[in-house]
Amino acid sequence: MTTVHAEAGKSTLPHEPEKATLEGRNKVLAFWLFLGGEAVLFGTLFATFLALRNSTNDGPSAAELFHLPLVAAATFLLLASSLTSVFAIQAMHRNKPAELRNWLIITVVLGAAFLALEIYEFSVYVRHEEFGMTTSAFSSAFYTLVGFHGAHVAFGILWIAILIGQLARKGLTVVTAPKIYVSAMYWHFIDVVWVFIFTVVYLLGKVG
Amino acid sequence: MDWITTVDHKKIAILYLWAGGFFFGIGGLEAILIRIQLIKPMNTFLDAQTFNELITMHGTTMIFLGVMPVIFALMNAVIPLQIGARDVAFPFLNALGFWTFLFGGLLLNLSWVMGGAPDAGWTSYTPLSSTTYSATHGVDFYTIGLQIAGLGTLIGGINFLATIITMRAPGMSYMRMPMFAWTTFITSAIILFAFPAITVGLVLLTFDRILEANFFNPLTGGNPVLWQHIFWIFGHPEVYILILPAFGIISEVIPTFSRKRLFGYSSMVFATILIAFLGFMVWAHHMFTTGLGPVANALFSVSTMLIAVPTGIKIFNWLFTMWGGQVRFTTPNLFAVGFIPTFTMGGVTGVMLASAPADFQFHDTYFVVAHFHYVIVGGLVLGLFSGLHYWWPKMFGRMLSETLGKWTFWTFIIGFHLTFFVQHFLGLMGMQRRVFTYLPNQQFDTLNLVSTIGAGLMGVGMLIFLWNIFITSRKPADAADDPWEDGRTLEWTIPSPPPEYNFKQTPLVRGIDAFWKEKLAGHKSMTPSEPVGSIHMPSATILPFLMSVGIFIAGLGFMFSRDTFGSDVLSFLFNNYIVTALGLVITFGSMLMRSLFDDHGWHIEPEELEGR
Ligand code: HEM
Ligand SMILES: [Cu+2]
Repeated sequence: MTTVHAEAGKSTLPHEPEKATLEGRNKVLAFWLFLGGEAVLFGTLFATFLALRNSTNDGPSAAELFHLPLVAAATFLLLASSLTSVFAIQAMHRNKPAELRNWLIITVVLGAAFLALEIYEFSVYVRHEEFGMTTSAFSSAFYTLVGFHGAHVAFGILWIAILIGQLARKGLTVVTAPKIYVSAMYWHFIDVVWVFIFTVVYLLGKVG
Repeated sequence: MDWITTVDHKKIAILYLWAGGFFFGIGGLEAILIRIQLIKPMNTFLDAQTFNELITMHGTTMIFLGVMPVIFALMNAVIPLQIGARDVAFPFLNALGFWTFLFGGLLLNLSWVMGGAPDAGWTSYTPLSSTTYSATHGVDFYTIGLQIAGLGTLIGGINFLATIITMRAPGMSYMRMPMFAWTTFITSAIILFAFPAITVGLVLLTFDRILEANFFNPLTGGNPVLWQHIFWIFGHPEVYILILPAFGIISEVIPTFSRKRLFGYSSMVFATILIAFLGFMVWAHHMFTTGLGPVANALFSVSTMLIAVPTGIKIFNWLFTMWGGQVRFTTPNLFAVGFIPTFTMGGVTGVMLASAPADFQFHDTYFVVAHFHYVIVGGLVLGLFSGLHYWWPKMFGRMLSETLGKWTFWTFIIGFHLTFFVQHFLGLMGMQRRVFTYLPNQQFDTLNLVSTIGAGLMGVGMLIFLWNIFITSRKPADAADDPWEDGRTLEWTIPSPPPEYNFKQTPLVRGIDAFWKEKLAGHKSMTPSEPVGSIHMPSATILPFLMSVGIFIAGLGFMFSRDTFGSDVLSFLFNNYIVTALGLVITFGSMLMRSLFDDHGWHIEPEELEGR
């Protein structure tokens, strides 16, 4: 079915290696579809959050809780990681595996830093503000929406880390390229979701 | 072993068929038990709790574990063949989708032996499904089992979308695609946009029950109506996920046995798209009595009635296809023709229910039960029977017995109308749904007896069908490539059952009903679009099975994470999420294996192809 094979690809990598094979094209397409489903998933979580954001059940409200500078820092880290993943894909298109690897590592580090800040944020809420999953409908909706996003980030970090390992073992080929490309799409997606979370959860929470 | 590791879409189809058939049988037994309980007033055959569990499990099992997999079975068996492809886009994911569905379904049904089945109705309305009103693990089995099974459905949907978009044979433009491929395509799109909503709903309900979150608990600020919205934003499109494939089957069977091309092909395509689109707009017609207010009710009422227009177009197109055709009443065609009036009746009561003021009368009565069974059984199940009889020779290389097929048809359809027609009147007279018994002398007695007799007759029809399968499986597999002789689409151009690689050479498609077109031109086979060459095949693998086992274990672990057990060891394992973690390790470990060890598959060489 596929005429181009992994071995054949090594020396002369085509310009867009992620789309060089039918499998690669299928992967990219299916991933777009998957992201469509993910959009519905987050859409439902956002709708739930919006419906319940004022149901604080005498617990802390968004305005009392959120500390914007921390969240802004996290936002900055995640946006930066999106940029570095763009650089990674550009390096891939220029057939520079080492550069690609370095950008991916930076992306993973930035993502991990974001996640660390988020875990810190949650732990502050739980320990100092008595704001846990069971506090109110607002708290449940908050932890579920933001936590789902956090779980996506964690999964993305693991995934890209494995791909870095794969890159080291197998090099940049028409088999590995689609995987890297798709993981970058995923990473941008969770970045976009975060922009919505920052606006809808944090900014809107602060201004009322 | 072969079956556990296969990634061949034709074998996966058969797995889906057996698994779906198995769950369909369970759901059918549950239905019979319900009907026995309702055979006479004040019956004590079942108690109220068991009855609640039975209706919940019957509805849930039938919809998610009975008919959906049979639909997927037909799609898997037919779609790659119809579009001239050698496989689906992602054979590995295809297997994964099947195994997650199966383990999700098994988990759900374990509830019968592990301390109580779900009892809050298949819609699991909150707060009825909260731990306050449903204290056993029943609803946890529901949320987690369906979550796992739903994952499989979503994977399957994405796979079919990608397959149909990229793997059609040369010349098969979208407007030359067979109708069943079209409806599969649109159904998959609905799955993609509807299932994530229920995923979220199930997560929220799980969190409410296991982590004591407050999404649906009004005492802590939660909102039970939110559940209804989320459920029906998924739930209404779900009924189109069920019925559109049936439309597709009917649109294949009727032209074949009328020896005419489908009337109004393009209007069929656009009607399908329109139905799918409107399907997402009308969810709140299930919530007229919830109290959304007159404006919302009016809007949802009108948008619901709009769906009757494209559906009506379809029905007329089928009738016009038969009109003037040389109609042959084979078993598949009997089911297809029987489908038309039956489904139409379900559609008519649908429009009645869509009228908000009238729905205040019909709501939660047997009128509703009659309506949705006319649509689901009279529509979908008849469609599936038609499709199964039609494609059986292609799937298994053996023709089912026509005589027994006709017996199946007549017993089933007569039994069906006996069962459900009278329920319209029971509903109009005020018999409530989901109530385990009724008082004598309210004029419910005779009609309920008739209904139960009808259900028994349907059961007989099923048994005849099983008998037919049994005796057929003992006959030699000698079906012709084109056993109905009037096949119009590509699946009939290759042997029955097809070889592993489907097409030795990918065919060139020159019009709608590609095979029929070649036949008219006097050709016996398709013109190939490529020389005979080496064919790439994916290798079999056990990983999809292992991944699903892992998810299954993780689900059980999470479900019991808050329980106290008699044994300290068990408490330790579950309460510290060790079982959950173990399951996830199996799943992610398998994913890691998949990622680290590339599998380039294998090739079938031309010599081998010619050798056959
Ligand atoms: C084939 C014979 C069948 C019989 C005799 C039958 C009978 C029944 C009965 C008696 C009920 C209980 C109504 C109530 O008290 O609320 C019921 C409910 C239901 N049935 Fe069936 N049924 C059959 C097939 C199916 C099929 C094939 C499906 C779906 C694919 C289905 C879907 C449902 C659903 C969704 C409910 C509602 C359950 C609930 O209220 O939670 N049924 N059925
Ligand atoms: Cu509906």
